[in-house]
Amino acid sequence: MKKTKITVAVSGLNNTDNPGPGIPVIRALRESDAFDVRIIGLAYENLEPGIYMHDVVDKVYQVPYPSIGSDKLLQRLAYIHSIEKIDVLIPNFDAELYSFISFEHKLHEMGIGTWLPTMEQFEERHKTKLPEYGKKYGVNVPHSRPINSIAEINSLTPEFSYPLLVKGKFYDAYVAFNPEQVSLYFNKIATKWGVPIIIQQFIRGTEVNVIALGDGKGNTIGAVPMRKQYITDKGKAWGGITLDDQNMLDLCHKILKKTKWKGGMELELIKTFDNKYYLIEINPRIPAWVYLAVGAGQNIPEAMVKLALGKKVKPFTTYESGKMFIRYSWDMIVDLKEFEQLSTNGEL
Amino acid sequence: MKLKKKIAVSETGFIFDPTTGDSFSLNPTAAEILNLLKDGKNEKEIKKEIMAEYDVDESTFERSFLDFMAMLRLYNMIEEHEEN
Repeated sequence: MKKTKITVAVSGLNNTDNPGPGIPVIRALRESDAFDVRIIGLAYENLEPGIYMHDVVDKVYQVPYPSIGSDKLLQRLAYIHSIEKIDVLIPNFDAELYSFISFEHKLHEMGIGTWLPTMEQFEERHKTKLPEYGKKYGVNVPHSRPINSIAEINSLTPEFSYPLLVKGKFYDAYVAFNPEQVSLYFNKIATKWGVPIIIQQFIRGTEVNVIALGDGKGNTIGAVPMRKQYITDKGKAWGGITLDDQNMLDLCHKILKKTKWKGGMELELIKTFDNKYYLIEINPRIPAWVYLAVGAGQNIPEAMVKLALGKKVKPFTTYESGKMFIRYSWDMIVDLKEFEQLSTNGEL
Repeated sequence: MKLKKKIAVSETGFIFDPTTGDSFSLNPTAAEILNLLKDGKNEKEIKKEIMAEYDVDESTFERSFLDFMAMLRLYNMIEEHEEN
């Protein structure tokens, strides 16, 4: 089959110990049977490892953080598009998604395809809104409540019992066994990510995850469940295994169907010892462990690109269970010239 | 007592439960017993085969067998609805 030549822009090139999904997404696209891809990397920081992986990324542009202003980011993307003629853009950072969703129609006007959740879908799955989400869609969620000040810690009992979880609105989660620890973690997270801080019931069990892709009409295009086997001190999966768990798939199909989810997503679940599933988080993007799904038989990034290009996609029906991924780190030797070029010109 | 259908047992005695992602390594005797269970044999039949093959008395076999079954149950590898 002749492959179609396309240009795909990808962010999340930070293949670090807190990995972005960019590099595995690119690997998946490079293995596509349908596309011959030219990859444009979008980097926020000049030490994102993907910038210097020349056999993975064809050309890199530095882009401004969305916090500087969405218009600045859009202007930069328009400039990059004028040179590279981007067919599809896959943003991979939680913190940039709001901006990309808000100017998605402008990207489409420019001729750049995307496959992102709607703003409503993005907003309603926020960690702070999990109880409402669980109620609306009939999904078990742990009891949780956002708090905005340390003064609220004393009123957590009897509503919560210890241990409980103290979570940041974007990242970070700690188990606290007493109010003093809650206060400690509150300050630690608030300094980094701001308030509110989410107090969540601690559910005992095993953390399991599902990667999924929704077509926006309620259908699941792909879904693969996984259990983390090796977790870093940042809570990231450094090794994992695909599972054959129909209950997890059923729950995933139910959520995608009821929410008509459009785009990639990761469900974070706790499976209790009596086989109940609690939804603890929905990440509105492809997770960093996506390459495991590709290895198990579902090239989810390729399917996402097809959807973004307006092509029809047949849902995946199978995957291989018992497939494992084991991540590793690799030292690249980089010439100062390359670092200099990116730092001064914003391109490499 | 029946092993869950999805549980895979290799010739080397490596068990994989695809629902939980758990895997275990068995010693050769345990692997043999597990394969007999997979073949649908009951405790009586397994006892007969093992005692014919190995130099083991009935009470030692039963103690070890029950211990092994308890372990399989603990790791959720036994069907809840047992067949008689």
